[in-house]
Amino acid sequence: MRYLEEVATLELDVTRCNGCGMCMRVCPHAVFRLENRRAVVADRGACMECGACARNCEPEAIRVRAGVGCAAGVLTGLLRGTGPTCDCSGKSACC
Amino acid sequence: MARGDLSWTDGTLDTEAGSVPRARTRLDLRDRLGAVKARWGIGRMDYSVSPGLYAVGSPGAPSPVLVSANYKLSFDGLRGVLSGRDAWILVLDTHGINVWCAAGKGTFGTDEIVRRVRGAALDRVVHDRVLVVPQLGAPGVSAHLVRQRCGFRVVYGPVRVEDLPAFLDAGMTAGPEMRQVRFCLRDRAVLIPVELVMGAKYALLPAAAILLLGGLGSDGYSLARVRATGLPGAGLILGSFLCAAILGPTLLPWLPGRAFAIKGAALGLALVGVWAILGWPGMSAPVSWLHVAAWTLIVTAMNSFVVMNFTGASTYTSLSGVLREMRFAVPAQISGAVVGIGLWLTGLFVRGGGGT
Ligand code: SF4
Ligand code: SF4
Repeated sequence: MRYLEEVATLELDVTRCNGCGMCMRVCPHAVFRLENRRAVVADRGACMECGACARNCEPEAIRVRAGVGCAAGVLTGLLRGTGPTCDCSGKSACC
Repeated sequence: MARGDLSWTDGTLDTEAGSVPRARTRLDLRDRLGAVKARWGIGRMDYSVSPGLYAVGSPGAPSPVLVSANYKLSFDGLRGVLSGRDAWILVLDTHGINVWCAAGKGTFGTDEIVRRVRGAALDRVVHDRVLVVPQLGAPGVSAHLVRQRCGFRVVYGPVRVEDLPAFLDAGMTAGPEMRQVRFCLRDRAVLIPVELVMGAKYALLPAAAILLLGGLGSDGYSLARVRATGLPGAGLILGSFLCAAILGPTLLPWLPGRAFAIKGAALGLALVGVWAILGWPGMSAPVSWLHVAAWTLIVTAMNSFVVMNFTGASTYTSLSGVLREMRFAVPAQISGAVVGIGLWLTGLFVRGGGGT
């Protein structure tokens, strides 16, 4: 199953990459591939912006605006003026 | 340390760092009933395990340390696949929330791992200084920072807990298949109960409003019309909600479009189509064209909204994508609903009473 393509905020700065392969291990959507001992973004459209790759890339070669793709969270954030939030007020079973 | 309900343990194990409760690997009836309740959102926030270190089997210094959240379903899923094995389970305090959601919020994260490793004096319990962290926890955890701060190396385990035994047997390595999330029919189906419970408020209030407003007409308010127009209208609202909350997740891959709002709108139109073919069952015939137009708009807008809200439960939607689709979908849903209700109210007066 695929979602909207061409929207993900994922950016990879190959010059910082040391080829450790961590991004490949943590990405739940196989977005990265290793080519010539460097990471490449092989499938940007599959990125769900979870932020796992950026958080686990020690040389900080990856940037992504991490967030939860949750419409209810976006609406809640708008109503409360807090920006997108996945915090369904702690009472409900949101996720 | 005070721990709550420990009915799922069978004794304790003495370690260098004190005594540790031992978790059973067989889930009993009580665990299973708890799981069903949690899936329906009943008392779900109380469904937690006390954070800290637990033993499974008879672990020793060389046994693996598996990190988990203190949502009891996550914890039960983990101990349930460990029968016949010796391992340690380090439960983080995620406020009773599952690994994936807690990682997104950061409660399943680097700080909490470091705190629990220190709190349990884990360096005195095991000698391999390795933590197996579920891959879905990675959005909250920086493996290199955990290592810097407490000396433990993080190895990311598989996405699905069922693959954990194979992962451990393969010397803690996971193939690409174990690293990818799926969103198959079964994954989607287990989310339906919570969708129903959570979304009910979006359906019950409008249904009640339609029921009551149905009595309006050019000759005043009539209870007969509440029965003839309000009641089937309320039924259509509830039916359309059930359709969106059950068929939306079920048919997700086959509904047209990528945006969930479009998928929902398509489902709504299909439902209106089916209703029209069946001759608007329950409604007093003939149904005016104003009401046909009204129901088309209302049902489509409502299905679009309910299915759009399923983005939060899906495993592949990005925030940027959701923002993109909401930019066109939310105004469309609001105008659809407002115009639809306007047409429906007009219809009550124009045809001189819906019940006749
Ligand atoms: S985690 Fe960072 S350094 Fe390692 S391979 Fe990926 S991009 Fe390169
Ligand atoms: S943000 Fe998540 S889904 Fe996107 S590339 Fe990174 S790890 Fe993969």
